[in-house]
Amino acid sequence: MPQSVQARPPAAEQRPDSEAALADIVKSATARRSPLEIIGGGSKRAIGRPIENASQVSLRGLRGITLYEPNEMVMSARAGTLLSEVQSVLAKGNQMLAFEPSELAGVVGGDARLATIGAVFATNASGARRLAVGAARDHLLGIRAVNGRGEIFKNGGRVMKNVTGVDLCRGLAGSWGTLSVFSEVTFKVVPRPIGSATLVLFGLSDAIANEVLCAAMGTPYEITGAVHIQQGLAVTLDHMTLRGHGQSVTALRLEASPKSIAYRTEKLRVALAPYGELMALEQLRSEPFWDEIGRLSVFEGGDRPVWRISTAPSKGPVVVAAIARYMPVRALYDWSGGLVWLDVPATSDAGAADVRRVIASHGGHATLIRAAPETRAATDVFQTQEPGVARLSQQLKATFDPANILNPGRMYVAF
Amino acid sequence: MTTIALPAPDAAIVARRPAIVAELQKLLGADRVIGDEDGRRAYETDALTAYRRMPLAVVLPRSTEDVSAALRYCHANGIKVVARGAGTSLAGGALPAEDAVVIAVSKMTRVLEIDYANRTARLEAGITNLAITGAVSREGFFYAPDPSSQLACTLAGNIGMNSGGAHCLKYGVTTNNVHGVRIVLMDGEVVDIGGAHLDAGGYDLLGLIVGSEGQFGIVTEATVRIIKAAEGARPMMLGFSSSEVAGQCVSAVIGAGIVPVAIEFMDRPAIQICEAFAKAGYPMDVEALLIVEVEGSDVEIDDQLAAITAIARGFNPTVVKVSDSPEMSAKIWKGRKSAFGAVGRLADYLCMDGTIPLGKLPEVLVAITDICQQHQLKVANIFHAGDGNLHPLILFDANDASSAARAELAGAEILTLCVKVGGCLTGEHGVGIEKRDLMSVQFNPTDLAVQMRIKTLFDPDWLLNPAKVFPLDARLTAEPRVAA
Repeated sequence: MPQSVQARPPAAEQRPDSEAALADIVKSATARRSPLEIIGGGSKRAIGRPIENASQVSLRGLRGITLYEPNEMVMSARAGTLLSEVQSVLAKGNQMLAFEPSELAGVVGGDARLATIGAVFATNASGARRLAVGAARDHLLGIRAVNGRGEIFKNGGRVMKNVTGVDLCRGLAGSWGTLSVFSEVTFKVVPRPIGSATLVLFGLSDAIANEVLCAAMGTPYEITGAVHIQQGLAVTLDHMTLRGHGQSVTALRLEASPKSIAYRTEKLRVALAPYGELMALEQLRSEPFWDEIGRLSVFEGGDRPVWRISTAPSKGPVVVAAIARYMPVRALYDWSGGLVWLDVPATSDAGAADVRRVIASHGGHATLIRAAPETRAATDVFQTQEPGVARLSQQLKATFDPANILNPGRMYVAF
Repeated sequence: MTTIALPAPDAAIVARRPAIVAELQKLLGADRVIGDEDGRRAYETDALTAYRRMPLAVVLPRSTEDVSAALRYCHANGIKVVARGAGTSLAGGALPAEDAVVIAVSKMTRVLEIDYANRTARLEAGITNLAITGAVSREGFFYAPDPSSQLACTLAGNIGMNSGGAHCLKYGVTTNNVHGVRIVLMDGEVVDIGGAHLDAGGYDLLGLIVGSEGQFGIVTEATVRIIKAAEGARPMMLGFSSSEVAGQCVSAVIGAGIVPVAIEFMDRPAIQICEAFAKAGYPMDVEALLIVEVEGSDVEIDDQLAAITAIARGFNPTVVKVSDSPEMSAKIWKGRKSAFGAVGRLADYLCMDGTIPLGKLPEVLVAITDICQQHQLKVANIFHAGDGNLHPLILFDANDASSAARAELAGAEILTLCVKVGGCLTGEHGVGIEKRDLMSVQFNPTDLAVQMRIKTLFDPDWLLNPAKVFPLDARLTAEPRVAA
């Protein structure tokens, strides 16, 4: 399991203290065709295919918030700046990262305290609020980066609207350090909500819960979190109230002024009355629950393989039921059912063949988030692609990193 | 007005025009190919009307297969292609060329699937922006990006330019609202990217394609996000005695943690022009007008407008007027959305589209006035204040070559200024030909080379939408295969 990744003999780590030094390291590695494993703080290191025989480059030497303009809702930070530092500075300005970065360190055996802001964007790590406000990629306004040729380049900027040239912010977000290494990121930040609350229904089946989530998302009440947790996982929540019911948990989050929350709660109570009596958690009892969703507390500390599946929201339970025909699974649904977190028995391929076949017939993509290194080395961790997309992806990799030295093999066997 | 260089057409291709038209007609059917001069003339320009060029031929496909067949033919014969939606680009993004075939997807307008449970709609890309909302409004849903040209502009064009609009302060621009596309590459290959699910399973090719200005392929279908409309929306007008104070008020509202659906700004010339045209009820005795719109139930709207009013009071507004009826709201927006048309009645104009950091607003407004005065031109300022996206409209006389040349110079100076203060050349209209040669102001040669290599990846022979987006001279240094 993840621990064994850390047990590998540590390769020499380089820690550039400037963008130019980073470029020099990459240039030299390109010339020698010598692979580099790019890491921020290493909290997500156990996600993706293991990278063999690479020397590590840590971005931790590139630190510091370089711009923060609360009135313009924008912040810039060097890539190795700790996410916790970004969040604490934003909190002082009563602002936040709207996309609510998910932090899976506790699931994959990393140290969440080491998570960096660059890696948040490099992995497009988006949490529950993504459903309502967009992903990390949607909030990335500008980048400075070094590609696999050792070239320093920039794209985007610090303004909210920018369509000047090819959009590399979105093109590089979520590429897991395989195309370029971010040296600095500029991103949109937003005011913290004035208030929040969570409305909960207990004991619903996956299919009925999905109806509730999709119906709620189809109201004008601006739901900013829509999750369903199967009973088997719900009883492992830290949240005493929710765990205590001993049943599945279906939860909707509202974030607005107290007056709006009261109004919308009443409207939803009426609209969802056929499904049961809503229990409302006020802000203080609501926030810890969404913190648990953000770090996937129900999967923390376990060692069963965990899949992350993105599909159309109404397909969520269909996909889970189809996979459950082949293996016992436990599911947590986020994004109104469109994001499924699934744990499965530890087999040689972590159920990949069955999961991939089901996804192929229902649409979407699946990523194997937690599995033993040998399993991740032997299977495609990221979604297997259709031929056209695969070819374009491979060419994109070759364009940015012709010598294939940046995190080689982390996403796909071939590149 | 021809200060933007366009390459000389390939005489060999132009000479083959009759044969090319005949071959395309044979391939696609005569009703899908326009070869006669009158028919082609309708496509000789877009909304940057100062530039006109007759296309080699015009293809009006009815299906993805048509697009694929046309592109395969053009690819095999080394013929350049200009993709076109409704031709509303203000940046010359759809400007044809004498040696290029225009492929206009405007006949591909079918709604393919509406899925309310998943809040998505799948559409042919020639559908107009407003028709998407029209297709889902009976269930109370809408498609969020709302460019001023939404009555005419197509989804394909919106995807090409990553279009925004007044309401993207809250709902984002096109790239934030598109889940998937079907794109035809230059060699005719059809590739599906994304779908009804969120985010990419691998590289975010969709993110590269949205806003690629027809450089990468032709999008024929798309799956977009639809959103349940708020229970209600209400604009208010805030008038100020100076633009600077209006700008400070915008910053204060956002700084206080309030993000309205839209904050639009107009200066005195813009107010007067729009009011004369639309009778929107705008105050005529203010230097700057903000239109601020909020959404929600009546109670929620009252709440938010009260909070905004309280903040605005700190800046001594001379007018504070909340819309008191749907009719009044419609008029307020009609004035703003018809601004370009209203200005166009008075004079020819160039619409700039730079974005600046909000805090730079006062100094940039002063500088814009100075620049236009130096060039003896009038300017009306209209912009999306919440996100710093400026639309100075530079008025000129297209029949006066000197006036037209000065307008282009003034425009370039304004956009250069936007970049200098930390902003960018274009917030939502795209680069097209208009800002192509200014790209070097914002990007260094490496920045551009990194982008151009992706162009080469999608379109190795650089046949798609030629002579746009990338400066002509920059191409020579990018990649061996790349030629202007």
